[in-house]
Amino acid sequence: MTATTTTPTQPGFGERLAAFGRILISPRGAVFLLLAILLVAITVLNPSFAEPDQLVRFIQRVAPIAIVAIGQYFVIVGGEFDLSMGSVVTAQVVIAGNLIGQDASLALPVTALMLAFGALVGLVNGLVVSFLRVPSFIVTLGMMLALLGGVLYWTGGAATGNPADEFRELGRGGIRDLPVIGILPWAVVILAVVLALAIWFSKRPFGRTIIALGDNPVTAAYSGTRTWWVKTSTFILSSLSATVAGILLVGYAGVHPSVGRGYEFTAITAVVLGGVVLGGGRGWVVAAVAGAFALEALFTLLNFAGVPSTYRDAVQGVIIILAVAYAATTFRARRKGRALEASPAGPEQAPEPGPDEAKETVADPASARPAHIPSTQRDDNDTKGGS
Amino acid sequence: MRRRFTVASAMVGALALIALAGCTTDPNVSAPSEEAAETEEAVEWFDQELFDKQDAERDVVPEGPEGQPWLQTINAELVDTAQYASQGAKKACFANASISNPWRQTGWITMNEQLKVLQEAGAISEMETRDAQDSDDTQIADIDYFINEGNCDVFIISPNSTAAMTPAVERACDTGKPVIVFDRGVETDCPVTFIHPIGGFAWGIDTAEFLIDELEEGDKVVALRILPGVDVLEQRWAAAEKLFDEAGIEAVDYFTGADPAEIKKIISDELAKGDVQGVWMDAGDGAVAAIEAFEDAGADYPVMTGEDEMSFLRKWKETGLTGLAPVYSNFQWRTPLLAAQMIFAGQQVPKEWVLPQSPITAEEVDQYLALNEGMPDGHYAKFGGEDLPGYPQVWEDRIIP
Repeated sequence: MTATTTTPTQPGFGERLAAFGRILISPRGAVFLLLAILLVAITVLNPSFAEPDQLVRFIQRVAPIAIVAIGQYFVIVGGEFDLSMGSVVTAQVVIAGNLIGQDASLALPVTALMLAFGALVGLVNGLVVSFLRVPSFIVTLGMMLALLGGVLYWTGGAATGNPADEFRELGRGGIRDLPVIGILPWAVVILAVVLALAIWFSKRPFGRTIIALGDNPVTAAYSGTRTWWVKTSTFILSSLSATVAGILLVGYAGVHPSVGRGYEFTAITAVVLGGVVLGGGRGWVVAAVAGAFALEALFTLLNFAGVPSTYRDAVQGVIIILAVAYAATTFRARRKGRALEASPAGPEQAPEPGPDEAKETVADPASARPAHIPSTQRDDNDTKGGS
Repeated sequence: MRRRFTVASAMVGALALIALAGCTTDPNVSAPSEEAAETEEAVEWFDQELFDKQDAERDVVPEGPEGQPWLQTINAELVDTAQYASQGAKKACFANASISNPWRQTGWITMNEQLKVLQEAGAISEMETRDAQDSDDTQIADIDYFINEGNCDVFIISPNSTAAMTPAVERACDTGKPVIVFDRGVETDCPVTFIHPIGGFAWGIDTAEFLIDELEEGDKVVALRILPGVDVLEQRWAAAEKLFDEAGIEAVDYFTGADPAEIKKIISDELAKGDVQGVWMDAGDGAVAAIEAFEDAGADYPVMTGEDEMSFLRKWKETGLTGLAPVYSNFQWRTPLLAAQMIFAGQQVPKEWVLPQSPITAEEVDQYLALNEGMPDGHYAKFGGEDLPGYPQVWEDRIIP
């Protein structure tokens, strides 16, 4: 852990600007380019979209999915998946609707309860993945079904009443009567805060450890990382971000068991679109957010283009496949050699320096692979497909 | 998103070209394909004969006891049920499609209250219910279970879908015991009675005529539809679309899955494109989100048709918009059990029991709001349970039995 805390010497401002320019035209900037193209296309179809108040409204609409994408980014970059995010959103929306009701004084305690519930879901996901060694795909899929089943049991699958307007203000309201933009929705403010926190967090030693863990869990474990805690915290982060998104959606949309449906896949698509490598170890949180914006811009573009409802879903799917395929091919070229199938090292497997170490390493079939040592820059990364 | 991916992977090859044409070129190019798709849909679901029948039934004065619409009938052709006449309390077996929307939940509560009355009267001993949770397969299994092991005296079936449920219903008929079908239909006339309100075309005609009256030619209507492929919903849109088309109203339709977030995005985008004068819904679920989208955008309220769900009626009153609440008579959930009682008493019942179905207009909305004052937002104003013993507490608590 101590090794990761040393930051490289900061380059000068001019160099950074030049580097940023290079990024935009390089494959890494593909998602930003895509976003720009989509926004221009929308504006061509509908010039009023470029007006400041419309743009702010657009950001407000994207805020929940962008926040979910931020949470998903940490899980994916740490080498796992969280499929339970959408159902966490749904569960939180239903909790808010049922527990707050028309009593605004309950808003704060219920919000605290929702955050605690979100953290608990993430904790359970993380602990099961870390200690029981169940693939996160299965754990979070199970969590998704459990939560959706709970919601079904509670509501019977139908909408209940909306909670008090005061609580919904976060998702619906904002700072009014501003010049130029008219209204600054709270959702936009919350997105900015969450994004700033995420950038700050990913620059911190702990945030870098997550990437190190996703890149190569064995080296991360050998360098002294408490892998179970790092992994678990990414799940807690994702569930908490789903909770924040749920709070915004209650305000924006209202209570319905269909709110949040499909968010886990939208978030994963956004993250992959942002060039984050499935399997972990590589990615940029800002690009993941840009991926969320690009996806939502795509949906908006289809609305504006008047694509008939009957094959709208198909059009969306095709474009997403093309975009993700493009992002994946451009990224593959830049990826370095890495472990073929690094099995996550649990806490009890934490390496003990000493004479026994060599024997243990041989005993463990997974770590017997020479490919674990990334010193040979073999271009074997294509075998780790899926991205 | 899951569905998007599934649909996408199935249709990638066939639709790639259309897809790209639809979004990379200017809208003029995509317009013809849109029209083509709409025509195909209309051909598939529009049924002129049924349209005319339901159109006529809207103007028929229902026969039957005053103030009890769940026992009234329209153009009834009575059938003899003497062969089923029998003494004693009977066991009813109810294969329910689902209770996954507020309309079905309200009806389900009402049905259970009606059951209590009939149990006290000694007509029904018990009702065993299986909930298919919106699955055809589950409901077929449910019906077969009832046939083989249910020890049922009467089958009550609320089909999940029309074609898929037909063979199972026929198997139930083959037992020789009375079968009662209500809400969605099946493609067989073997049930003793098929209970339903006038239907989807009547809904479409009521709503479209209202919007056409209130709007000008060339005005724009956004149609929010729950999902494709369900006949009662498709018929609503098929009728409305035809009338909008004839009246020169520009109508665009979207599938929302009743997701309020989706509804809000759709309306926001439509408002960003240009003015929207009307909103048409094939079910009221999510109506509030649609109205809020106009508020958030600072646009004038649209002329709107929702449903008799309390959330819509309240929002309608609160905003003072020009509205109409079409009704898919929720009180029909009482009728099957009452029909069972009549059948065992040997009384004649209509072969096709068409119940009245009339929208709540602006003049009536205050009356229905007052009648249902303490009811939750998901409650339906024309639930027709005011004379049942649990009223109003059971519906106010809205605890799903």
